[in-house]
Amino acid sequence: MIRLSIPLRQVLSRLSLPVLIAAAFGAMLLGKADALLIERARMALADLLSPVWAVAQEPVGAVRDLVRDAGQLWEMRGENARLREENDRLHRWQATALALEAENSMLRRQLAWIPDPAPNFFTSRVVADGGGTYARAVLLATASQTPARKGQVALDERGFVGRVTEVGSRSARVLLATDINSRIPVTLENSRARAIMVGNNAARPRLQHWPEGQVPREGDRVVTSAEAGAFPSGLPVGVVRWTESGAPEVELFARLDRLDIVRLFDFGLSGILPPEAVARPEPRQRR
Amino acid sequence: MKPPVRGRMEPPTGLLRRVDAIMRGAFPTMATLVLMIAGAVPVGAPGLVMALSLPCVFFWTVFRPAAMPPPAVFGLGVAQDLLAHAPFASGVLVLLAAHGAALRLRGFVARQRFGTVWMIYCGVAAGAAALAWALQGLLDWRLPPTSPGLHQAAISIGIYPCLAWLLSRAHRALADSEA
Repeated sequence: MIRLSIPLRQVLSRLSLPVLIAAAFGAMLLGKADALLIERARMALADLLSPVWAVAQEPVGAVRDLVRDAGQLWEMRGENARLREENDRLHRWQATALALEAENSMLRRQLAWIPDPAPNFFTSRVVADGGGTYARAVLLATASQTPARKGQVALDERGFVGRVTEVGSRSARVLLATDINSRIPVTLENSRARAIMVGNNAARPRLQHWPEGQVPREGDRVVTSAEAGAFPSGLPVGVVRWTESGAPEVELFARLDRLDIVRLFDFGLSGILPPEAVARPEPRQRR
Repeated sequence: MKPPVRGRMEPPTGLLRRVDAIMRGAFPTMATLVLMIAGAVPVGAPGLVMALSLPCVFFWTVFRPAAMPPPAVFGLGVAQDLLAHAPFASGVLVLLAAHGAALRLRGFVARQRFGTVWMIYCGVAAGAAALAWALQGLLDWRLPPTSPGLHQAAISIGIYPCLAWLLSRAHRALADSEA
């Protein structure tokens, strides 16, 4: 050990704090200037200590798991009480449902009720839109064994889309409700008034020919009508919207601008079928 | 027959004695370092490292300044900054400032009762939090949030009585072995 005189040692010990504070400032600047160095030192220290921490983590993790388990047990108590209460309520509902079912079956026997047959349907993918004779139509890819047929009704997951007008061996064309050639018999759900929904190549088809005195109201739900035997009644179509110019239109539920998959329903109806080939309108005779 | 005389163990001589003295002198720093490393175990309690180092440095500076010289404080500060991912050397400066303040006050503090010492420590911890906040603001050149610093100071103030109890036992044991 180096022997120092006592006054020198005293001076050194008194100076060491200010010198170290200055060194700390220097280190701060160094840390600011060379962040990479500090980061490397930090990582080296962490690498050195990680086994220690890994061992220390074990009891800590055990305690934490214990606390979490206790919390879960406590929650389970409350959950149990809730479930018991819910079970009681559901039992009451089940009893109600069974009673209603019995009553329903009894009434059906009384009335000789014939339930609607469940309609068959299959899905197909939309492969192209536009083209063909119509301005608003989509082409579907159908497998050869699928029973695509004229007059089938196309729905997407939200509502009415259109009707199959042409069928090929691998494809079918659906005339959308917005096409100018489309005429759909509809019912206003609130007033049960019949009307015709007429396409106009725009996004919202118009309503026409409603009975006198039963003007469609804004927000009325529009469903298909079984009139003319082309559609079953009650398929969801859209809601009534009045334009600023004062014409009732139907805002369709179906998203016709981004169809990807549609369901084709066969209701076995053949009221009005499209002709085999759409004849071009002949020019009017000049007189 | 005379009963065997009970007395102190004969102090070791030579090299062993030197080693003993060195170990005793290094104990406070080493114990603080071990505590800090234990505080850095990721258990989900942030800011524990700084909350542990400050009371240790304060306690040993007040009651046993020879065992906590400024270079040791500097080293502890470096370790703290590396462990706690603080802006580098800001913790060093805070610890050195706390050390300097404790050294100034120790003539008065060392004679007080525990409650008073704790109150004084509260002031030191608040000052340290303020200094750390200011330094961080200066280094990043924007106002840092105040809540982490307050949180840390609160932990450190709350942890002080526990630590002080442990450390004073250690202090007494060291003093006994030296006497």
